Amino acid sequence: MRSYVVTRVLGMFPTLAFISLIVFIVIQLPPGDIVTSTLDRMQAQGVEVSAEQVQNLRAQYNLDEPMPIQYLRWAGGFITGDMGYSYLFARPVNELVWERLGFTLIITISALLFTWVVALPLGIYTAVRQYSIGDYVLTTIALIGLATPNFLLALILMYIGYEWFGISIGGLFSPEFQEVPWTWARLRDLLSHLWIPMVVVGLGGTAVTMRILRANLLDELNKPYVVTARAKGVRPIKLILKYPLRIAINPFISTLGLLLPTLISGEAIVSMVLNLPTTGPLLLQALLSQDMYLAGSFLMLLAVLTVVGMLISDLVLAWADPRIRYE
Amino acid sequence: MNDVSIDTGLATATPRQLAWQRFKRHRLALASGIFLLLIYTLAFVCEFIVPYKTDTRNVQAINAPPMSVRFFDMEGNFHLRPFVYGYDMKVNDDTWMREYTDNPDKLYPLRFFTRGESYRFWGFFEFDHHLFVAGQGGYVHLFGTDQLGRDLFSRVFYGARVSLSIGVVGVVMTLVLGVLFGGLAGYLGGLMDRAVQRMIEVLQSLPTLPLWMALSASLPVEWSSIRVYFGVTIILSLFGWTTLARQVRGRFLALREEEFVVAARLIGAGKLRVIFRHMLPSFASHIITTATLAVPGMILGETALSFLGIGLRPPVVSWGVLMQQAQNYQVIVMTPWLLLPGLFVVLTVMAFNLMGDGLRDAADPYSTGGQS
Repeated sequence: MRSYVVTRVLGMFPTLAFISLIVFIVIQLPPGDIVTSTLDRMQAQGVEVSAEQVQNLRAQYNLDEPMPIQYLRWAGGFITGDMGYSYLFARPVNELVWERLGFTLIITISALLFTWVVALPLGIYTAVRQYSIGDYVLTTIALIGLATPNFLLALILMYIGYEWFGISIGGLFSPEFQEVPWTWARLRDLLSHLWIPMVVVGLGGTAVTMRILRANLLDELNKPYVVTARAKGVRPIKLILKYPLRIAINPFISTLGLLLPTLISGEAIVSMVLNLPTTGPLLLQALLSQDMYLAGSFLMLLAVLTVVGMLISDLVLAWADPRIRYE
Repeated sequence: MNDVSIDTGLATATPRQLAWQRFKRHRLALASGIFLLLIYTLAFVCEFIVPYKTDTRNVQAINAPPMSVRFFDMEGNFHLRPFVYGYDMKVNDDTWMREYTDNPDKLYPLRFFTRGESYRFWGFFEFDHHLFVAGQGGYVHLFGTDQLGRDLFSRVFYGARVSLSIGVVGVVMTLVLGVLFGGLAGYLGGLMDRAVQRMIEVLQSLPTLPLWMALSASLPVEWSSIRVYFGVTIILSLFGWTTLARQVRGRFLALREEEFVVAARLIGAGKLRVIFRHMLPSFASHIITTATLAVPGMILGETALSFLGIGLRPPVVSWGVLMQQAQNYQVIVMTPWLLLPGLFVVLTVMAFNLMGDGLRDAADPYSTGGQS
């Protein structure tokens, strides 16, 4: 077990290095850089810029160095915890990132919990009561949930919230709690706003997980050991919870790795619709204005989040499922 | 249906016939297939289906709600020819918003297969017949209009052409990449296999949407619509091929040791013949299934990117571009029908998912069928 953990953790680093390379290439792709877009803006305002000044500006942002050096500088800074400087906001990237990443984490994790808490009982129910009306209704809802882009769901909720309840949905805080330090009241305010992004982001994953659990449980329910237990007279609820569920539940852990990228993607777009102070909207802004350090750091951190999440899911699965061999 | 012929025919039925029989047992999958066939056909000939072009403006109907097709007029008289009522517009004194009501004096009958706005069919030749147009100089907006007075019904079907084709073109690219890399890894094995495996691992652990965003944001603004279209498609398939590659690789590894493959090799069949004549047919059905299930991801991806304003851009019309109009809070509340393109996205994606499930069961020769 220990050697498995060590190899898995060590194996993460080449992956991350590779990802950082991809991210760096991606953020370098747009034609031009921050200097050219700054120049455009200055020239539009009628400011004359000499070639020398351009050169100075480039040197100031280290843009005159060859690409490999720029990459090493960026990656090295990233490892030592200095993510560079955002030209767009004229602030260090670290500050910008940390105030946003927290909310991304909160939404993603709560969406994940929502997924599990809802998918577990519904998955069991649809499997045990296969082909009942409840099964058909839930299966239909799951199918629709799977096919609905989450930004559309957010839009529909906004409409319903306004038309039927007269409330405006969006944001993570009420106006009076926007810029104040943390208190219990602010936390309560956050929780009262959090459930909408939580449901919107988590619904697609809930549908998938529910279907997987149902399929797995159905496979297990026909096995001889279940029939034996039933013949012995074990109470139905105890029977299901004690044996087949323990096997059928493994995908909950193993699909976590697949679920996380989806959740983070969903969170990014839903945040833009609902106007949440998370990484998504800032990432879009940074991408559009070619603020490459900011955009790169966000991309990289989201990837790190996913990779670490997958690592945890692998380790938990290895711990939970004795059938997994440690290579 | 004739049960006897199926029973007697089973022994001689080809695998394809057996698969078709299993697929037919999935009512939902079959219905989804028919729905998809219908909507793809409609999108294919959308110029003819819809009454207006994408940029035709009706200044009498700005932000007008959907019309309903009627057979009974307000006095309760029956009309054999369906008709719509024109709008009666009034500006609300409080909100300054246009409000529309049915105007009983403006009764526009619907005329079918008749002349209307002229258009270039598939960009090739001039034509002016439409499936239906409003008669007597009237107008018809079945899905309402947007803030420029453009007919949403027409735009949804023009958008269908773009959104639906992106799904298919993207999946074809995904197929090429997936079969290429999966095949290489599975057939060559060794170092190649490990490299591809590693690449798949990395790509699958990336949050797709942020990366899609980064890549689409890097498409130059001055690009023509068609180049942006292909750019977006390539971006979508760049991260989508991994699932397929994994499957192809696994199949190749398993099949390499199968008796019939070994036998073919021993008889002296060439490498390519072994791959294409013996190995590929035995997992082609899986590839088709995976491809079907990959289309929704493409459509949803395009919709999301265009919705954010970094995918396809107007004047190109796609479902995502159409929904971009509904991004704003006030717009949804005042003109909720602008969300209608979303309904088409949901239905199409659902149909693809259902049909993919049906195909998967049909493709599996050991499945009993009928169980979802």
